[in-house]
Amino acid sequence: MGRIQLKQVSKSFGKVEVIPPLDLEINDGEFVVFVGPSGCGKSTLLRLIAGLEDTTSGTIEIDGADATGLPPAKRGLAMVFQSYALYPHMTVRKNIAFPMKMAKMPQEEQDRRIAQAATALNLTDYLDRRPGQLSGGQRQRVAIGRAIVREPSAFLFDEPLSNLDAALRVGMRMEISELHKKLATTMIYVTHDQVEAMTMADKIVVLQAGVIEQVGSPLELYRTPRNRFVAGFIGSPKMNLMEGPEAANHGAHTIGIRPEHIDISKTEGAWKGTVGIAEHLGSDTFIHIHGIPGCDPLTVRAGGEFDVRHGDTVYLTPQLEHLHRFDAKGLRIQ
Amino acid sequence: MARAVTTNRKLINTLIAWAIGLLIFFPILWTILTSFKTEAQAISDPPVFLFFDWTLENYSIVQERSNYMRFLWNSIIIAGGSTVLGLIVAVPAAWSMAFVPSKRTKDILLWMLSTKMLPAVGVLYPIYLIFIELGILDTRAGLVIVLMLINLPIIVWMLYTYFKEIPGEILEAARMDGASLKDEILYVLTPMAVPGIASTLLLNFILAWNEAFWTLNLTAAKAAPLTAFIASYSSPEGLFYAKLSAASTMAIAPILVLGWFSQKQLVRGLTFGAVK
Repeated sequence: MGRIQLKQVSKSFGKVEVIPPLDLEINDGEFVVFVGPSGCGKSTLLRLIAGLEDTTSGTIEIDGADATGLPPAKRGLAMVFQSYALYPHMTVRKNIAFPMKMAKMPQEEQDRRIAQAATALNLTDYLDRRPGQLSGGQRQRVAIGRAIVREPSAFLFDEPLSNLDAALRVGMRMEISELHKKLATTMIYVTHDQVEAMTMADKIVVLQAGVIEQVGSPLELYRTPRNRFVAGFIGSPKMNLMEGPEAANHGAHTIGIRPEHIDISKTEGAWKGTVGIAEHLGSDTFIHIHGIPGCDPLTVRAGGEFDVRHGDTVYLTPQLEHLHRFDAKGLRIQ
Repeated sequence: MARAVTTNRKLINTLIAWAIGLLIFFPILWTILTSFKTEAQAISDPPVFLFFDWTLENYSIVQERSNYMRFLWNSIIIAGGSTVLGLIVAVPAAWSMAFVPSKRTKDILLWMLSTKMLPAVGVLYPIYLIFIELGILDTRAGLVIVLMLINLPIIVWMLYTYFKEIPGEILEAARMDGASLKDEILYVLTPMAVPGIASTLLLNFILAWNEAFWTLNLTAAKAAPLTAFIASYSSPEGLFYAKLSAASTMAIAPILVLGWFSQKQLVRGLTFGAVK
């Protein structure tokens, strides 16, 4: 079980309100990702759920019981930290055993769970090493192992992959997703990386300045962003946002069109522009185009073989069915 | 460009370092040498350095005249007791200042340190009266308490700087793992801070061992430590340099040995945190 409900939860540090009252419901077994730019309050929100910070007002319920005043240890949650936060003076075995030792679990049970976690996480050969002798990825796995053995009702991840190099990050991302499929336990995952959010989440919570901008599945956020902020934040490369007469033509203050929803041609199209920088990735080419009113530069995704040079003239045609319209307040127009 | 260090310059630097080291060590060396001289040689002019008649006479006279072991024992109890008691008080204090600081934490730290700037003699009279009132004059317990209080600001400061180096996330991880405050301090914080705690312990043991003002003023016969033992040879029947030196050598020997064996730990302690 791992149903977590936040009701009117807010947090202030002194006079600064970092999280205005918000409501959020996380269902049992869900993989929820909190995503937003740095300083948006996503880590604070996670720490409120963990119990490492006290709420200023509101209640946090875990499995229907009020946990607002409970210390972290009593909430039945496990956390994986950005810095791994392993105990440097203990071996891997002792690190993983620590929560069980604190819970005064019988030794045989501890050994069984350690062996199980070590096998699952490929740590069997490293059980007698200290964290200092492990690589970044191994340390991260030890931190996950320490979380698993407690059989918590939910896992909390605080930017767990940001200290790893790019290749390792992709691998660990898969491992954590696999783990979620296997354990089917609630996971709350904080990241500033929208790719991590899109690839791992069942449900994404987009935050900005402590306010929840939108909650939804990755594709919901991609297809129907509720406002300009979400539209610009989700998706890579970013959605092109265009103001001015072109937007007015569509009856909106701002229109948004994703790079992958613009057709590009060298001969004809609705908009005419000049190629600035072209990023050739092999599979795709991202082209930055100048000279289109209301949006400079405008990014377009073309096929990997599309051959353009700096200064070439190109014509663009937006796919109107994928056009997003926003009003003067930045809210989506249906 | 890296600074070029020529062999010549290295040699000169080494010589200068040795010269300074010897200069600092010289008084101790002279004391030790003098303790093996006769009283006449000890005050001879010009002074003799190594070529004199080596004798252990002074040591046997000192041992005969006063009970060295009793003073030694008092020193160990007073220095050890005040250090241990100080740690018991300072670990929780430093913990709270390092990990749950308030707006006034820095002020409190500075205020604590400021008590060290007060001349000790300024509070001698009130403390003396309190000691009489409590009936702890010339007791080891009384000295343990006073020396603990005198050194407490230093212990708290040192531990505070060590604890500051420990990432807060590790303690939070322990909290998430179900550790109580006691478990957190016992199983996580203390083992990680062992090098720091060890050097704090050592430095304070040495400070308490060498402390002379309070030990001389608050003891008479019963609780007198080695500092009083040295002092007792400095005046009554005129100056006897050789015997005074023998007494001094006996008093500093234990701490010299301790310091020698723990110098690695001490140096690490004193420079810890200076460079990341």
